[in-house]
Amino acid sequence: MKSSKNSSLPRKAPDRHGHFGIFGGRYVSETLMPALIELERAYCKARRDPAFRREFHRYLHAYAGRATPLYFAERLTKKLGGAKIYLKREDLCHTGAHKINNTVGQILLAQRMGKRRIIAETGAGQHGVATATVAARFGFPCDIYMGKEDVARQSLNVFRMKLLGARVKVVESGSNTLKDAMNEALRDWVTNVRTTYYLIGTVAGPHPYPMMVRDFQSVIGREARRQILSMEGRLPDYLVACIGGGSNSMGLFYPFLRDSRVKMVGVEAAGSGLGSGRHAASILGGEIGVLHGSKSYLLQDRNGQVRDTHSIAAGLDYPGVGPELSYLRGRGRIRFVSATDREAMAALQELARVEGIIPALESAHAVAEVIRLAPRLKKSQVLIMNLSGRGDKDMGTVGDYLGVTL
Amino acid sequence: MNRIDAKFAALKKKGEAALIPFVTAGDPDMATSLKILHALEEGGADAIELGVPFSDPMADGATIQRASERALKGGATLPRVLEMVRKFRRQSSVPLILFGYYNPIFRYGLRRFVRDAAAVGVDGVLCVDLPPEESGELARHAAKAGLDLIFLLAPTSDGERIRLVARKGRGFIYYVSVTGVTGARQQLEGHLQSQVERIRRYSRLPVGVGFGISRPEHAARIASFADAAVVGSALIAELEKTARNADKPKRAAAFIRRLKRAMRQVAKPSHQRAG
Repeated sequence: MKSSKNSSLPRKAPDRHGHFGIFGGRYVSETLMPALIELERAYCKARRDPAFRREFHRYLHAYAGRATPLYFAERLTKKLGGAKIYLKREDLCHTGAHKINNTVGQILLAQRMGKRRIIAETGAGQHGVATATVAARFGFPCDIYMGKEDVARQSLNVFRMKLLGARVKVVESGSNTLKDAMNEALRDWVTNVRTTYYLIGTVAGPHPYPMMVRDFQSVIGREARRQILSMEGRLPDYLVACIGGGSNSMGLFYPFLRDSRVKMVGVEAAGSGLGSGRHAASILGGEIGVLHGSKSYLLQDRNGQVRDTHSIAAGLDYPGVGPELSYLRGRGRIRFVSATDREAMAALQELARVEGIIPALESAHAVAEVIRLAPRLKKSQVLIMNLSGRGDKDMGTVGDYLGVTL
Repeated sequence: MNRIDAKFAALKKKGEAALIPFVTAGDPDMATSLKILHALEEGGADAIELGVPFSDPMADGATIQRASERALKGGATLPRVLEMVRKFRRQSSVPLILFGYYNPIFRYGLRRFVRDAAAVGVDGVLCVDLPPEESGELARHAAKAGLDLIFLLAPTSDGERIRLVARKGRGFIYYVSVTGVTGARQQLEGHLQSQVERIRRYSRLPVGVGFGISRPEHAARIASFADAAVVGSALIAELEKTARNADKPKRAAAFIRRLKRAMRQVAKPSHQRAG
């Protein structure tokens, strides 16, 4: 079946200033502007270079374990009684999540640019581990900024990063989570900008990060597209992914954006509930604002101060979201829904028991939506969910939640 | 001529450089903060940078982060900061520059902000995270209201960026003396003078230098080649030395007096003699 192309979306986003419509851009201090311009130039050059692309794909294959399977979740499909459910198994990537796709791409770029040191922020620790991993592989010293609260709830990943030779810098300011880690990483970068490469883990931040991270992650969607065409002989009806900053969702969605019949659902973290004020649903519960270098939806109070967020999934516990997702929301291309801590926890257990796969708590938010959505669809319909990471890192949190001492 | 231009013109005649202290509005509370502003003027401040506190001050070091946190805890908001400026303006004609991050201003509404800020007597605005590329809309509103939109330059800025800031900037150019966040340093960078001279080749705007200036001898050195010295973290650290709010204004005035005295003792900047 041929897909109809969506002509209402501009072919080229972002524009040359990094704007996705009114979103995106570069809101940083002057000290960082030259570094971002240098990075943009280096990336655009690398992107056009077949040698760079070959090297990127060689490492994705031989080191990160790509291509990841597109797995038909037969038992879950049968149990829910609706659409055929496929899981894109990013949980099988080296280091346990899709984050490695982006870190491989950026470390190759850092090497080309002659940078001598890597820094990164991390929430759940997955991006931190993926960064520490490539830093070890390519021989870079590496500092990872992580909020104090996240260090406590993701102690396993902290230990992994240390084993990989990275220094984990514990951030104690604000809400002690991902946004504060990003503030501190930006302070480090502004101080050491000439020699240090800032390896951002999601499709947020100033231009060119949202575009670059999306491009590196879109290997997910390109593979899934090829795989579903060969398995089903057609494009899917639905794509489902969880959204924190948005890198796994943009990675899956991007290669399908112009296929207008493919519906896309982004699942935000509703924490204790959207009405509770304790959540991390930036698009559903936020207003347009500027944080960490770009304009996008932002959880903030009426005076423009950034609000504390909550999600049981540390990787979703962030008040902002990638600017391209805000833009695509405005164009009506992606539908946004949310799942609470409770729904995610139930979904994690359901997938574990029915398919023998323990998803990361982040990905479990997408599973929760699949559980709601699939039964409402016809059996002839096809759905792909991005299983962005595995749940090993969350066993402490899940144990606490279930009242089990490990 | 607005208050910023008038002040620089008057100082130029005297062969003096401006001393511009920075304090965070509402630190530790709104009432004390207003008294500190008056004390700064009394101590000899030629203009004042008033920080609008923000929850995520990513360009700031530990000292100004603490000031921001105290101010937010004390209930400081942009509307309250503007109200404080209105009260200050009743008794003072010192040029006043709001200094902060873009989001609180964006959230307030750009047009409304510029109108209200000009009405209460703000003279200029500087957003650390708003480079000229993103400033178009705010600049248009600001120009209509006669509010100066001030931009930063940094050690990493090349000729192209200096030209851009020279074209878009109003009031003065703020040169960030270090690659790094705000905060007091033991020593000043070595190449400051040549950097400032480089900026002058592109722009006739006055050039102020800030970040890391903490001692009278630092301020004096800046005064020998630049048009203004901005002192923030060192002043806030000085105010943190006393826990009694009632003592803070006195301390602020004394601190500024010491810096200003040191600056007056240096020779007239050579470019100003020539001009």
